[in-house]
Amino acid sequence: MLIAGAAQAQDTASTAQVSERHWSFEGLFGTFDRGALQRGFQVYNDVCATCHSMRQMYYRNLMEVGFTEDQVKNLAAAKEVDDGPNDEGKMFTRPGRPADRFKSPFPNAKAAAFANNGAVPPDLSLIVKAREGGPNHVFGTLMGYKQPAPPPEESACRVTQEQKQANGQMKTVVTAPTIGDGQYYNAAMPGCVIAMPPPLQENSVTYADGTPATLEQQAVDVSTFLAWAAEPELETRHRTGVKVLLFLFILTGMLFAVKKKVWRAVHH
Amino acid sequence: MAAKWMNNGIVRWIDYRLPMFSFLDHELNEYPTPKNLSYWWNFGSLAGIMLVIMVATGIVLAMHYTPHVDHAFDSVEHIMRDVNYGWLLRYLHVNGASAFFMVIYIHLFRGLYYGSYKAPRELLWMIGVVILLTMMATAFMGYVLPWGQMSFWAATVITNLFSAIPLIGDHIVTWLWGGFSVANPTLARFFSLHYLLPFVLIGVVMLHLLALHQHGSGNPLGIDTKGPQDTIPFHPYYTVKDLFGTGVFLILYLGVVFFAPNFFGEAINYVEANPLQTPPHIVPEWYFLPYYAILRSITFDIWFISGKLIGVILMFGSILILFLLPWLDTSKVRSARFRPIYKQLFWVFLVDAIVLGWVGANPPEGKFIIIGQIATAYYFLHFIVVMPIVGLIETPKPLPASISEPVLR
Repeated sequence: MLIAGAAQAQDTASTAQVSERHWSFEGLFGTFDRGALQRGFQVYNDVCATCHSMRQMYYRNLMEVGFTEDQVKNLAAAKEVDDGPNDEGKMFTRPGRPADRFKSPFPNAKAAAFANNGAVPPDLSLIVKAREGGPNHVFGTLMGYKQPAPPPEESACRVTQEQKQANGQMKTVVTAPTIGDGQYYNAAMPGCVIAMPPPLQENSVTYADGTPATLEQQAVDVSTFLAWAAEPELETRHRTGVKVLLFLFILTGMLFAVKKKVWRAVHH
Repeated sequence: MAAKWMNNGIVRWIDYRLPMFSFLDHELNEYPTPKNLSYWWNFGSLAGIMLVIMVATGIVLAMHYTPHVDHAFDSVEHIMRDVNYGWLLRYLHVNGASAFFMVIYIHLFRGLYYGSYKAPRELLWMIGVVILLTMMATAFMGYVLPWGQMSFWAATVITNLFSAIPLIGDHIVTWLWGGFSVANPTLARFFSLHYLLPFVLIGVVMLHLLALHQHGSGNPLGIDTKGPQDTIPFHPYYTVKDLFGTGVFLILYLGVVFFAPNFFGEAINYVEANPLQTPPHIVPEWYFLPYYAILRSITFDIWFISGKLIGVILMFGSILILFLLPWLDTSKVRSARFRPIYKQLFWVFLVDAIVLGWVGANPPEGKFIIIGQIATAYYFLHFIVVMPIVGLIETPKPLPASISEPVLR
């Protein structure tokens, strides 16, 4: 980028758009929509699990999402997991059990990188806590693709500069980060570039409960599921917190009254 | 006027052999405390409570944590997900560190305003600085244990600073690391020391209380107590006031724990440490930001001394200078209430500390560099130049004759 003379650069290269949505689990009394959680799991299982692990999750955790024990057993058994050594000393595979961790798509980080242009698709167990903006960022990423990539004037990461021309006049020039091979435009990413191809389209998943699988629906559902996966204790934490704070407010109020009474002797 | 429990035969039998009851009676029950202490005097007991909470939660966390690079991150997630109330223990502990530092910084600034460090409380103050240093070491090592991206890279940045020491620097760093980079030996020894230091801290806190009880608490007027008319027994007056203060504090602390437990944290620490991938911004927790700003403010070498080394010296110096405070402040008057010039400069210093924190949170580019340098310069000027001079040239307001004087007519 040429900056000649007194250039005034509006630095928006690192701006990422984070759409703010209302989430069912927001606020003191929010809860995870169980329907969204189950649909979101289906999106993860059918689409994302091709490349992304969720190693902190166990199949048994899915019982909190509303699946029955039998459904969870079936979901786990649908995967072949590694186990061993057996009594002959050999490693083997067997159908998954509720006690197993979610099966990873790749056996190790190197295999994951090899299959993905050198970049390892991040584990998604904590992705909602591991990114500024949380569920809004995840949702924004899934919705932030634009194909083909927009021209610089419409890029979310455009940089507007005054450049001095050869004839001495100032001209407004708008530039945007270039999108290389194997990269895609995404408005939610810092730098507006992402290495992941758009993972979701309309109806990339057929929901078991019949909900229309629009792009936005899938994005909301999987973001809700991932938010739950990152913070499965959220509802308990909030419930307990309300009780604790209520207790403390009353107790502190009473302690204040006691303090005042005791100190009356000193303050005459 | 001894406590009623001394009427009990068993109590008297024990106390004759191990005087814990008469000790508690004197130090807590009867202990004469100035009657005019404000709520700024609650923060010492709050710090004590935080120490207890941190040790209790820490010990239980340590039962479930694995201090090995291949398992540390997963063991913390195991605590969060599978250990009964593990999420609560973890969030109490990590937010407890922030609460502990918040309380301690307020406690320290109370000392700066009311001259709590002045004779005969110089050693009390210096023991307090030792407490601060021990807390900082403990917190730094504790942050490494979850083995997230920030854990690893903060450890790398801070341990690398010691290489600035001339001649032996690189050897010291290799010795600290237990290898040639931050790796498993580093994590294991940080865990060991992180478990050890809080108990050292408990010992130092006991020294702190011993020194305190020698001459008793200061007070907002900064004048000595002259007799029983100026004091009240610690119990029930300050026990009940401390309990109320604890209630208010717990509302704030537990409000954060239950409703915003990741507010003070860095999102990227939920990504497992990757020695091959440096995060775009490496920042410490908020309570270290001012020192981080001071460290990074020296962007130039002076003669043969590298800017890196000067930055390290100033960073440590910014706390070590606190040891000299009783002698740097030349004023005969303790409390800033009666020091019209120093009073204003106290607020300037507080703003300066906050500005340093803000600078530390941002990348060392553009305006942040020059602002950080000015704020660092003022920080040291305040202690080395301003305080000695102000004490000499200031005309203090007239002090009241005694603590009870404004009340007795």
